Amino acid sequence: MKRRARKLFFFISAVALGLLFALAYHGLPAIGLVESRYGDLVNAITVPERHITDAVTAVNFDVRGFDTLGEEFILFTSVMGVVLLMRRQKDEPGGNHEDKARGRVIPPASDAVRVTALLLVAPTIVFGLYIVAHGQVSPGGGFQGGVILSTASLLLYLCASYSQFRRAAPKRLIEAAEAFGATLYILIGAGGVLLGGLFLENVLPLGKAGTLASSGTVFFINLGVGLEVSGGLVLVLLIYLEELVEEKEQ
Amino acid sequence: MTHLPYAVAAWLFIIGLYGVASSRNLIHLVNCVGIVQSSSYVLLLAIGYRTGRVAPVFSDISPKTPAVDPIVQALMLTDVVVEVTVMALLLGLAVQIHKRHGTLNPDRLTKLSG
Amino acid sequence: MLPVCPVILPLFTAALLAALTKLISQRLSQAIAIAATVATLGCNLWLMNASAAAPIVYWFGNWRPRDGIALGICFAVDPIGAGLAAFATFLTLAAFIFSAKYFDAVGNHFHALLLAFLAAMCGFSLTGDLFNMFVFFELMSAAAFALCAYKTEDPGSLQGGFNFAVMNAIAAYFVLTGIALLYARTGALNMAQMSRVLDSRLPDSLVIAGFVFIVCGYLVKAAVVPFHFWLADAHAVAPTPVCILFSGVMIQMGLLAFARTYFAIFHHSFAAHLEALTNLFVTAGVITAVVGSFMCYLQRNIKRLLAFSTIAHLGIMMMGISLFSAEGLAGAAIYTLGHGVVKASLFLVAGILLHRFKTVDEWDLYAKGRGHPCTAVVYFVSGIALAGIPYSGLASGVDLIHAAAKATGFDGLRWISMGAGAVTSAAVLRAGVRIFLGWGPKTDRGAAPKQEESPETDEGHSHTPFTMFLPAAVLAAIGIVLGLVPKLQVAALHAAAQFTDTAAYASRVLDGRILPIASIAHAPPADLAGGFAAVLIAIAIAAAHLFSPTIRALSNIAIKPLHWLHKIHSGHIGDYVTFLTFGMACFGLICVYCLQ
Repeated sequence: MKRRARKLFFFISAVALGLLFALAYHGLPAIGLVESRYGDLVNAITVPERHITDAVTAVNFDVRGFDTLGEEFILFTSVMGVVLLMRRQKDEPGGNHEDKARGRVIPPASDAVRVTALLLVAPTIVFGLYIVAHGQVSPGGGFQGGVILSTASLLLYLCASYSQFRRAAPKRLIEAAEAFGATLYILIGAGGVLLGGLFLENVLPLGKAGTLASSGTVFFINLGVGLEVSGGLVLVLLIYLEELVEEKEQ
Repeated sequence: MTHLPYAVAAWLFIIGLYGVASSRNLIHLVNCVGIVQSSSYVLLLAIGYRTGRVAPVFSDISPKTPAVDPIVQALMLTDVVVEVTVMALLLGLAVQIHKRHGTLNPDRLTKLSG
Repeated sequence: MLPVCPVILPLFTAALLAALTKLISQRLSQAIAIAATVATLGCNLWLMNASAAAPIVYWFGNWRPRDGIALGICFAVDPIGAGLAAFATFLTLAAFIFSAKYFDAVGNHFHALLLAFLAAMCGFSLTGDLFNMFVFFELMSAAAFALCAYKTEDPGSLQGGFNFAVMNAIAAYFVLTGIALLYARTGALNMAQMSRVLDSRLPDSLVIAGFVFIVCGYLVKAAVVPFHFWLADAHAVAPTPVCILFSGVMIQMGLLAFARTYFAIFHHSFAAHLEALTNLFVTAGVITAVVGSFMCYLQRNIKRLLAFSTIAHLGIMMMGISLFSAEGLAGAAIYTLGHGVVKASLFLVAGILLHRFKTVDEWDLYAKGRGHPCTAVVYFVSGIALAGIPYSGLASGVDLIHAAAKATGFDGLRWISMGAGAVTSAAVLRAGVRIFLGWGPKTDRGAAPKQEESPETDEGHSHTPFTMFLPAAVLAAIGIVLGLVPKLQVAALHAAAQFTDTAAYASRVLDGRILPIASIAHAPPADLAGGFAAVLIAIAIAAAHLFSPTIRALSNIAIKPLHWLHKIHSGHIGDYVTFLTFGMACFGLICVYCLQ
């Protein structure tokens, strides 16, 4: 279709879609007044029954833990897909980028950036680990903490060169760690079955609410997920940075 | 305004679709898919909000305090991180298309017509 | 534990293979993958059998319902869900065997991705929770994107993969929006609980919009017109083992989601307006069948031809499900099996041709297939089966669909399905005669432009490996005789009766009680006349096209007005998304208007 025809056709469809949304919202209560017995019930039971003070983590890794297993594997599969898609082909042209500005000089990283990044690496790692470990106590958990940990690796890239970054985060180790994190979730779930319950049942002692040693299996699942998410995102960063570095070294 | 967040969600959805439909650059297109994604999250979170209630974290308050809906927050929380990698996959496809076709403009990708 | 296994086994094996990717040989990784697939097949077959009396319900984490609120996620396994999962596992096994010598898998990622894809399909069919279904939909999509764009050295492959990925991603967000809207009304994510909450009230625009968003999002996956554009692009470029899964079972998952969402949640709520809904979705099915057949006949790339024929047959399945009766659903289920095996066999033959001659273009392959009698036989057998020859799987399914249509007053549907079957079969036969017999003219005027396809194996080979030929032959044989399996239709009718009984489903999931199922229709007699007629029409069309210049000229003139339909399939993602928006808005506004 020509551009103008497509835009016109889209405009008409978009107006109709907007109308559909408006009709749908007609039945929605005002913001803040929607009711859900499901949410209220979970809020009521999360501390007494599971000693978890963060209800969102309780939903994610306990009440609806199976969903999170699926989501974790979506991440795992997508990362595997990125690895597969960006693999080097035999006949791949290197540095064939006409749209790069000619004669452009890429300045080296400034010292201010490098020092700041270097100073931030350790606190970021500690903070990431803290977020991963305290998921059941305060807002946090494996997913959020894993993302923070992966940004620590990016800071490493900023303060050092790409080859040093590669040495600090070897691809094979990261891949293995990521896959291990993924299997850990399944093993913990199966552990629930082995100890006489159903899959992903919380069978470990629950400890005292509000402390690190609480929530039973949720703590360990968080660690596994943190490992997997951070491994996956570092891998994606490694692969994309590889593209960039290939260019620079042409 | 009582329904403003919902309207924002609908607007984001439609404008994201417009971006995808009229885009001239695949990277821009993938980002517009991200905007469509955010719209569904805005809608979810708006539906979970309860007036006058606190966040569903009971570490320093009594567990009986009325809190907002944790279910929708949990639903979108994992989704956000996961969609980062799905976007990475789409962008990887875009990068490879650029390498093989030499262009990022959908108008010039004509291998699959008919 | 057993209901969990079809999902956990493949996922665990996938993670294991990815972890050990550089440490074990490809042979070992293949063996492990096949072993996991066989084990999953066993689990699914056992589940299908065990759930025949009543759905098997499994609550994850032991979070059982309280006061009618389903706290946790459940698997509600019934024979149709487990049956589709078993079929998916069976086709995955065929894909693994076919790809044994097929192409250089990078590390062991191909096996891991295929296993993740299988796990997602199993989870998708077995679950009883709406958001869980969405999660498995996303997992299926993520694995499918990566598998589709596998051949990164082929530019068309990347573009096809990209179009596929963007369309499915947007469809997923439509589904999520629909889930959000329904959650706002029902406060539940469990399908049985939702049906109980919606039961007593008349549907308002919120519920209807939620329904449309979810269902149309899944219909994008099911490639119903106008959401179908991505399918031909993706099929044409994906590696052959992946194509058989896409055409054989992934598309049908979209239809299963449509049926499941409707029957588990909305059946009682929309009962007063069933006729309007049936009209709308049957029309969509008819248009899909017609567009699919027409576009199929115009193709010269064999894989694209088969992809459009999948769309045509999908239209027939859609018609069956849209009748919203147990008979129609049973027919669609058997049709899925029959179509899946036959289409898989045809794709595998296309893969063999690509392996031998490095092309799948009908004109370039002219007469090259002479001297390959075994492959030709498999191809022609599958081509005939595609028309619905009596006692094939397709015929068995379509007989049930016709009976359901007659009962609902849609007598004319049988002509549509016969026509679609005949035209797609004619296209396949025409290509086969050109390739394997070398008869008729080499080229056509007015056909689709040439699509390049890069070979999937390194050199052109001088013979077809046994591991490639065997799955194709076995699948074709199954397709032809599937209708002879005793009591197949009866079993399908029982399974469909269980599937369509919303109250029994909710009672089983939430209360743990088993309610008696409503009465079951009788299996209709086989329609020998219709089946043979379709086959004869297919042969006649192919023969007329190849051997009669007058008819060819006439048909070129007749096709010209429909040239615009051909042009719409432009390969441009902007066009596809525009049609998606248009279709979504149309379905939505029509439903809101008719259902209130």
